[in-house]
Amino acid sequence: MNRTLYDKLIFDCSHPGRRGFDLPSYPYPDALAGLPQHLMRGDAPVLPEVDELTVVRHYTNQSTNNFGVDTGFYPLGSCTMKYNPKLGDAMAASPTVAALHPRQPAATVQGALMIYRTLEYMLAQIGGMEEFTLNPYAGAHGELTGLMVIRAYHIDRGDHGRRRVIVPDSAHGTNPASAAMCGYEVSEVRSLADGTVDLTDLAAKLGDDVAAVMLTNPNTTGTFERGIPEIARMVHECGALLYYDGANLNPMLGVARPGDMGFDVMHVNLHKTFATPHGGGGPGAGPVGVRAGLERFLPNPRVVQLADGTFDVVADSADAMGRISSWLGNYTVYIRALAYILTLGAEGISQVGPLATLNANYVMHRLSDLYELPIPGPCKHEFVFDGLRDKSTGVTTLNVAKRLLDFGFHAPTIYFPLLFHESLMIEPTETESLETLDAFVEVMRAIAREASESPATVKDAPHDTPCRRPDDTEAALHPKVTYKDWCDAAV
Amino acid sequence: MLRTCGAGDIDALYADVPPELRLRSPYNLPQALSEPEVRDFFADMDAHCKPLTCFAGAGAYDHYTPAVIDAITSRSEYLTAYTPYQPEISQGTLQYIFEYQSMMASLTGLDVCNASLYDGSTATAEAMVMTVAAGRRRNRVLISATVDPAVAAVAATYASCRGIVLEVIPESDGVTDAAAMAEMLGAGDVAGVIAQTPNYYGILEDFEGWSDRIHAAKALFVINSPASPLAVIRPAAEWGADIAVGEAQSLGMPLNYGGPYLGYMCCTRALMRKMPGRIVGATTDADGRRVFVLTLQAREQHIRRDKATSNICSNQGLMTLHAAVYMSLMGTAGLRRVNELSAGGAHLLARRLEATGRMRLAYPERPFLNEFTVEVADGLTTGQVLRALCDGGILGGVALDERRMTIAVTELRTPEELFRYESIVKTL
Repeated sequence: MNRTLYDKLIFDCSHPGRRGFDLPSYPYPDALAGLPQHLMRGDAPVLPEVDELTVVRHYTNQSTNNFGVDTGFYPLGSCTMKYNPKLGDAMAASPTVAALHPRQPAATVQGALMIYRTLEYMLAQIGGMEEFTLNPYAGAHGELTGLMVIRAYHIDRGDHGRRRVIVPDSAHGTNPASAAMCGYEVSEVRSLADGTVDLTDLAAKLGDDVAAVMLTNPNTTGTFERGIPEIARMVHECGALLYYDGANLNPMLGVARPGDMGFDVMHVNLHKTFATPHGGGGPGAGPVGVRAGLERFLPNPRVVQLADGTFDVVADSADAMGRISSWLGNYTVYIRALAYILTLGAEGISQVGPLATLNANYVMHRLSDLYELPIPGPCKHEFVFDGLRDKSTGVTTLNVAKRLLDFGFHAPTIYFPLLFHESLMIEPTETESLETLDAFVEVMRAIAREASESPATVKDAPHDTPCRRPDDTEAALHPKVTYKDWCDAAV
Repeated sequence: MLRTCGAGDIDALYADVPPELRLRSPYNLPQALSEPEVRDFFADMDAHCKPLTCFAGAGAYDHYTPAVIDAITSRSEYLTAYTPYQPEISQGTLQYIFEYQSMMASLTGLDVCNASLYDGSTATAEAMVMTVAAGRRRNRVLISATVDPAVAAVAATYASCRGIVLEVIPESDGVTDAAAMAEMLGAGDVAGVIAQTPNYYGILEDFEGWSDRIHAAKALFVINSPASPLAVIRPAAEWGADIAVGEAQSLGMPLNYGGPYLGYMCCTRALMRKMPGRIVGATTDADGRRVFVLTLQAREQHIRRDKATSNICSNQGLMTLHAAVYMSLMGTAGLRRVNELSAGGAHLLARRLEATGRMRLAYPERPFLNEFTVEVADGLTTGQVLRALCDGGILGGVALDERRMTIAVTELRTPEELFRYESIVKTL
């Protein structure tokens, strides 16, 4: 990484009159002048005036202040930062696809619809589900979509009294937030010391007012919920449905399918398990799968295959729970995910889970003498340390995470799950080599030694990153969220 | 590695998975393909698609994507990064989001912009939720009949789950019926009013007096607009609106069969803490230098869980880089030029199509920018017209019903293409 922060904003590079665009000069009438002036803009917007090379240098320099999977190892628990194969990017950059308008007649987009249906089919195979929709734009959007399907299912049965959704206390934050977004009250079920769901507590919380129970399996401690058949029985017995948060699907590839575990509805994060890039926060995709009997509640529009083998788009199915996207979702993300599945094939996909689990267990075993391991494992794709074993140094999980940045590694997920005070959650993924894992282990061990020998070095980290630790309190106390805010504050 | 783990084989690491749950047969998936074979597969898919000369709009517009954008957005430092939770090694991402927020806020005239929502439809649904959250027990939201039906359908879906009563304000001659809106406001309990300009017919709505009426009723005013026209039309802030949302695909994003696009949301400072999604703010680091961080995170799901303003986590991140680079290249002058060419071409095409006698403007008295609605002549249907154009390699627009269709023109449509459109219509 470039260790010198390039700290100009594009606005700082602006010079009046410079331009970076080149557009045709067709002899079209000046229609703007003829429009009612009170419907037109008063002041022009404030945008930078810069030439093309300035734009290119600015954003290129800025990119060197960034860390990505292509830069280095990303042991970010529950985020599955695996390598994003370049072939997917190349396929997604198709000029043909770029030119396809979402409202084109189906007859002119048969290839695109075929890709859509093929990926739906393959995800259904992998998830053990009957049908999938690719429409949801992200994991949380998938959760919301799945819960809307569940809601439509209950209403369709004339069951209007289900107001609650149960999530474990170890759940990803999106689970309770999605339930609330869908209008449900949230009940939390306790975890046992080994990280799994407390079945006694679950039994106490279940009732005929529960619409769904949301679980991720393995859960966020990386532990497989071995009681899942019993959980599924209990949930179904009270008339609720079981929702699978696919954020942790990776270690299950080749091992077990959510549908076979008793889950009724699930989402998949294509930007995790299926190797599409995270893009600094998106775009991702959160396809939703359902077991047989729930297909008709999936959102409009749907891609369908007609009797003659051709594909069509149906936008007005009356049973559908509604609509959750302008059109068919983040299409080029599907191209990448499909390229990934085609490249790995049936056998390759089946090796993903076991190798991810092996990598995680290896790192866990090599560090558990120095870092506190509250749940002994074996883990699946990820595991959680509760900070350093030696608590006398005062070095926190945050300090360890920041010190890792100095050594060219991304930080693990920290202070999540909420079960432990000093959670440090590590997920290496299957795409990392033994050499990378060993290098990471050595750095983690060195940091543990530093914590005893020179704790200040760790506490003041990072030292060797493009910038030092930012003042978060100031940011929240006096929010400056635009260039204008920044300039106003400077006056 | 297995020895380090104290396991005889990898299977031992899965000893806690009940045997009856284990995958017994291999996935019913094809065998692995080599890289050239995967390329062949997608080339074959491409061969089964037919790009058309695009005169369709309805929320997605065929604007030009400058070459610089792909060069920047494909940089893997940006593309393969995670959400910038570690600011010390994510200044690249954080800074472009800050720049995007600044540009978008300036386009809408409002104070604050978030780091993106999924698309224009979910941004509108989130705005609806926001008005109710700010409205303390008010749960009626009014939405104009001239809002894109797909957007309205998404808002209705979100509303139905949360007990929000979403009521449609009727239209009159192609625009929102302002008198009906006032009457519905008068019935009380309204948290928000949602309207769109240019509306689904391409017509510029006139919101004169709306904000006073809406604010007098203690409700919030939400305006949905595609992003590019904001460079020339009167933006949300100048109408006194509280929230601006919409689809930012028109900022030079490829059509890509519907995604990824970019939902934007801006609002007044008073509403900032009710906003969904991530927000980037400027601050200083330990050395006193200007740096950027994710801020006001107490609104978000990873902190507030079921009390969060929204469930959104992953957003359309990289598309905000696309938008920021696009707006940097274009500047005010470039965006104005895009709109001049698009509107100019649209008005020229509208005149020529009327002259054919095969179609006429459905709302001839109403002002439009680069998209307009026509009614086809007696004896013709929109289906017939669109099929004939499609046979000629033209995506002629989007049918509203048998008689009416919308047609959009962008700066990419050449005089020859306009002529070809007109020629085909003449043959009908």
